[in-house]
Amino acid sequence: MADLLALYRTMLTIREAEMALARLFADGEVPGFIHLSVGQEAVAAGVCSALTPRDSVASTHRGHGHALAHGLDLHGFFAEVMGKASGVCRGRGGSMHVADLSIGMLGANGIVAAGAPIALGAALAHRTRGTGGVAVAFFGDGALAEGVMHETMNIAALWRLPLLLACENNGWAEFSRSETQVAARLSALAAAHGIPHRELDGADALALAEAAEEAVAALRRGEGPRVIEARTRRWRGHFEGDPQRYRDPAEAAEAAAHDPIARARAAFLAAGGEAARLDAIEAECRAAIAAAIEAARAAPAPRWEEERSGAYAPAEG
Amino acid sequence: MPELRTLQAITRALADAMEADPSVILLGEDIGQAGGPFGATRGLQERFGPERVRDTPIAEAALAGAAVGAALTGLRPVAEIMFMDFITLAMDALVNQAAKARFMFGGQRGVPMVLRTPHGGGLSAGPQHSQCLEAWLCHVPGLKVVCPATPADAYGLLRSAIADPDPVIVVEHKGLYAMKGELADPPEWTPIGRARLARPGRDATILCYGAALHWSLAAAEELAREGVEAEVLDLRSLQPWDEAAVLESLSRTHRLVIAHEAVEAFGVGAEIAARMADIGFDELDAPILRVGAPFTPVPFAHPLEAAWRPDAARIAAAVRRTLA
Repeated sequence: MADLLALYRTMLTIREAEMALARLFADGEVPGFIHLSVGQEAVAAGVCSALTPRDSVASTHRGHGHALAHGLDLHGFFAEVMGKASGVCRGRGGSMHVADLSIGMLGANGIVAAGAPIALGAALAHRTRGTGGVAVAFFGDGALAEGVMHETMNIAALWRLPLLLACENNGWAEFSRSETQVAARLSALAAAHGIPHRELDGADALALAEAAEEAVAALRRGEGPRVIEARTRRWRGHFEGDPQRYRDPAEAAEAAAHDPIARARAAFLAAGGEAARLDAIEAECRAAIAAAIEAARAAPAPRWEEERSGAYAPAEG
Repeated sequence: MPELRTLQAITRALADAMEADPSVILLGEDIGQAGGPFGATRGLQERFGPERVRDTPIAEAALAGAAVGAALTGLRPVAEIMFMDFITLAMDALVNQAAKARFMFGGQRGVPMVLRTPHGGGLSAGPQHSQCLEAWLCHVPGLKVVCPATPADAYGLLRSAIADPDPVIVVEHKGLYAMKGELADPPEWTPIGRARLARPGRDATILCYGAALHWSLAAAEELAREGVEAEVLDLRSLQPWDEAAVLESLSRTHRLVIAHEAVEAFGVGAEIAARMADIGFDELDAPILRVGAPFTPVPFAHPLEAAWRPDAARIAAAVRRTLA
């Protein structure tokens, strides 16, 4: 059985990091646009719990959780999102491009569905190089309207690539209900491509972790791609500062009732676990995040003179 | 030196690169079993196997995106887009992903991928199978763009492109695939970013690339009969381009004509002309002239396409104008 405490720690790290970013953004310490994954933490934590650093993850604009769950260091993460020179991308990428290629985290992505073919290519590389690794493409339900999703499913199925398509179905395609955007259900699309599909409660980290473990094992056995669809809830707006005039307040309130972290906490306590252990994890997560934020605040801003030549590899010789 | 066709030089470059580096793979529509729509990959799937020479479905966006993901995960993919016109479907992967990754991930890793694609008219292939769209790609920081005009450079630039740590678009001219030329044994690599002096001259510089090299050489021949010695400089690399070589030639001839098949407006020639009007201003004895296609789609019927395409006569006329 997947380790509930480890999942709890990952989810709490994501939650605390996202809520800290919400405050920092409101205070003007985070520039640009950020898209928070509050409420969806179980999907990132559950799916990534089945991976190792040799595996690849391609993410979305709402990608903080995926990056952190796959092992992106908190210091590099906060410094990047806060636009500092010590950021994992040296302050050149920001929230929508957090990445750590040394652990196969191929980046959040500012283009909807663009991570899917990138993960497809990573899966192809794992297969061709015989690494034993797999690739995961996280995407939202809104991405199903993009053509490249279908191209990716088709090729992954034809070539039986080790690709896990992990859908975070939060019901929203940016500012629109996804049922007004996508005619088909993912289960039907997967079936049309002959790809096994499992639909799960996106607030149930344990169930997601077990499903991911099973899917990743199948990928490693060379059984072809898998789809996991997590029915999840987006607690906040499409982006921070989104007034959400398009959203029924009752629906937003209902979303917050689906709390993967409260669910994990209750499950742990119901199984006889001690609350003190959960509280200790919470304290550790908060302390680690506070330290990362303080370090990012103290870090220098990136300097244009040092970054301007970064579009190409340095010339040899 | 042995002679061979451009297409054979490309096949040889792909084979040599795959032989030298097991991380090189080929991806493209009909490149395996069928050997490629023009035959550039003929025999390679038999030789290297279907895992390394992959026939993809007709899905340019996913094929280019997969090349990016594979390049970030330890391979050196060489993707083929059957006609350059179809690159429209692959633009997100090229512009937002491949071109950006090294920069936006803080230099963690580059995207060592190559995308080969044929451009150019002359085959009555019509408005959606003839375009020269390279200027779009030259405008995107993070991409490199090369365009060989001879079999030697088709080989040499492709080898350099495959070994390059950054994404390189190799624009081939389908009208030159059958053209014969010499290839050294062993073949030499052509460095990216260096122009080649194709014909020395003292009176005017004709700067060109791709099929326009051959029109330019014909124009220089025609002008020589009139006593005008035109220098022909083959750019070969469009991004980065050899500013020093162009300036050096201009400093000797003091007149510059830039010729390409692509639509003249907002083309590669526009950028070079603007740059030379700046750093080469003191050297210029006449306005810089461009010869490119008119601002219309490429027409289908022979007489229309022939009227549309730049040729030696137009280039020669432009040189005469700079000397007038």
